[in-house]
Amino acid sequence: MFPKKGAVLIDKLLGALVPLMAAAVAFALGAIMLVALGANPFEGLQALFDGAFGSGDRLAATAVRATPLILVGAGITIAFRTSVINIGGESQIIAGALLSTVTALSFPGLTPYLLVPMVLMAGFIGGGIAGAIPGALKAYASVNEILSTIMLNLIMVQFMNYLLRGPLIDPYELEAGTRIPQTQRLSDNASLPTLVDGTRLHLGVPIAVAAAVAAYFLLWRTPVGFRLRAVGHSPKAARAAGINVQRNITLALGLSGALAGLAGAILVFGSQGQRMVTDGSAAGFTASAGFNGIVAALFGGLHPLWTVPSAFLFGALLTGATQLQRVLQVPSSLAVALNGIIVIFVISSSRVRVRLKKLLENSSLINKPDQEETTEAT
Amino acid sequence: MDDFFTTSVLVATAAAAIRLATPYLLAALGETIGQRSGVLNLGVDGVMLLSAFFAYWTVLSTGNLWLAALVALLVGLIMGVIYAVITVFFEATQGISGIGIFIFGLGFSDLMFRQQVGTPKPVPRLPSVNIPFLADLPYVGEPLFQRSLMTYLAFGLVPLTVVLLNKTTFGLNVRAVGENPQAADSLGVSVERTRFAAIMIGNAFAGLAGAALVLQLGIFQPNLTQGMGFIAVALVYFGAWRPWGVMGGALLYGVVNATVLQWKALGIIPVSISDLAGMAPAILTIGALILLARRVHAPAALTKPFSRH
Repeated sequence: MFPKKGAVLIDKLLGALVPLMAAAVAFALGAIMLVALGANPFEGLQALFDGAFGSGDRLAATAVRATPLILVGAGITIAFRTSVINIGGESQIIAGALLSTVTALSFPGLTPYLLVPMVLMAGFIGGGIAGAIPGALKAYASVNEILSTIMLNLIMVQFMNYLLRGPLIDPYELEAGTRIPQTQRLSDNASLPTLVDGTRLHLGVPIAVAAAVAAYFLLWRTPVGFRLRAVGHSPKAARAAGINVQRNITLALGLSGALAGLAGAILVFGSQGQRMVTDGSAAGFTASAGFNGIVAALFGGLHPLWTVPSAFLFGALLTGATQLQRVLQVPSSLAVALNGIIVIFVISSSRVRVRLKKLLENSSLINKPDQEETTEAT
Repeated sequence: MDDFFTTSVLVATAAAAIRLATPYLLAALGETIGQRSGVLNLGVDGVMLLSAFFAYWTVLSTGNLWLAALVALLVGLIMGVIYAVITVFFEATQGISGIGIFIFGLGFSDLMFRQQVGTPKPVPRLPSVNIPFLADLPYVGEPLFQRSLMTYLAFGLVPLTVVLLNKTTFGLNVRAVGENPQAADSLGVSVERTRFAAIMIGNAFAGLAGAALVLQLGIFQPNLTQGMGFIAVALVYFGAWRPWGVMGGALLYGVVNATVLQWKALGIIPVSISDLAGMAPAILTIGALILLARRVHAPAALTKPFSRH
């Protein structure tokens, strides 16, 4: 039996409505948290909004903040459509950033027309390697990719600390004895050009959007994407159709990691300091984009194109939270806690959606026209 | 290296290994029970962070270590209810919903810490309790019998978990719904209720693990666990879903961590590469996963939500 037009419409409406309701509930919880912390929730919301959209400069900051989330999120959708889960965004961002940093250090004098594409490519490759490793481990050694990507996160943060405190440290930090784990100021020839003067809006933003569009085309308009999705639907059926399941699983995590790695390069060469810097933790460099990207992808329904507005929304939440901290002295980690709640709601709500639909179908409201149609048909 | 192989240093390292293994063991034992019922809980790290913070905050404001452990247990139970509702009743994807719990725990513990405490202040640590006679034994007395009650509890829970899983009706139900929920359901075992209970126990253990961690350190800071909860999840695979195996894994972690710490202190590992040495536990885990992935048998219904429809 084909689904009725009305049912399809209701399904679509609910599909859009449920994440929004989840976000609304999360925001309500956020407001309750603000009250509990002794802050006025309306002032909080005002500060959040001002911080994210209040001026051209802040809007640019939001877009810049959304950039790694778009890339990581688009990567997550590729992995997800192949039925592999990538929780290693943090490690892949770091790997991409490190390789692009080394590239810029090796060829500081190269013309920007060559160096900018090179550092971006280096980020893509670095992240790709960090993604392909757990991919290959899953494909060829049956190692659970959730665990291996998490372990790689723990490994890469130490590796980053080693490099930024040792071989790659800014010589000035050694001289001054401050020993902040950061590189020297990298070649300006590698710097991502600013698009709007007076703001921080740089080339990385359109690159990220283009990458998300490319991910969409790859998945739904190319044979490569067809194979990835076939493996995602049913590895058995894909294998029977002659698709190399192992190679595609490795490819999916590799591509997913590559996009995260590109985000890493953009974080370094789109930064104001034009250097790679951390505080000794992964989040000190990535600002947890590897995890927040998962949130953005989920909220965007695991569709690369919807990931873009979704990432923009979370970018706004994160930049807004910085303002919240400035104005109301509420720690910006409130945004992180809210992100977690949103994940929990959205992930629970696909089930809620099914239940709601069933409930609606059983109610007289939809059932009646349905029955009429069936009686007509018979 | 000679500095390391002296009796006093080796005994101190062994003692540190057992102390460091305690939070891993508690968290991993809880995760074992949950996974045997077919539920993967990746939120352990978040639960540990939350319970660690609230335990720390309790000690800071009351000075009462027991109250702190109780609060941590309660935090674990509350998070257990949340996780159970999400995964059992809403049938959410377990891998991702656990990450949601983790992100929430990471953010909320950070938020509460910065708002309520601000700068890390030390609190009293768990006192060691000497077991009469045994504590005075040469070599083994200090590492094994001069530990805190939390450590005794963690290791005591290993045989209890074995009994719970293998010798009780509840344990039989847990294993049944983890292997074949449809069959268990047709025999009248409530899959929902059994998994709910298993998740609650698992999260209670995770809560205690957070308390053990923070009360052994005597200090809290944002992201205190640094992925310990995730390693605890890996330890369950490592131990092939058996409590004694999990204990072996936790001890191995304790030994590796304690040795790295000791070698750093003795200068065997120079400061310049100490970050590289910090990679050891995670590399060890990946190595173990590669070796074990195709040899151990996971509960058949692990990560699969159950629905009658």
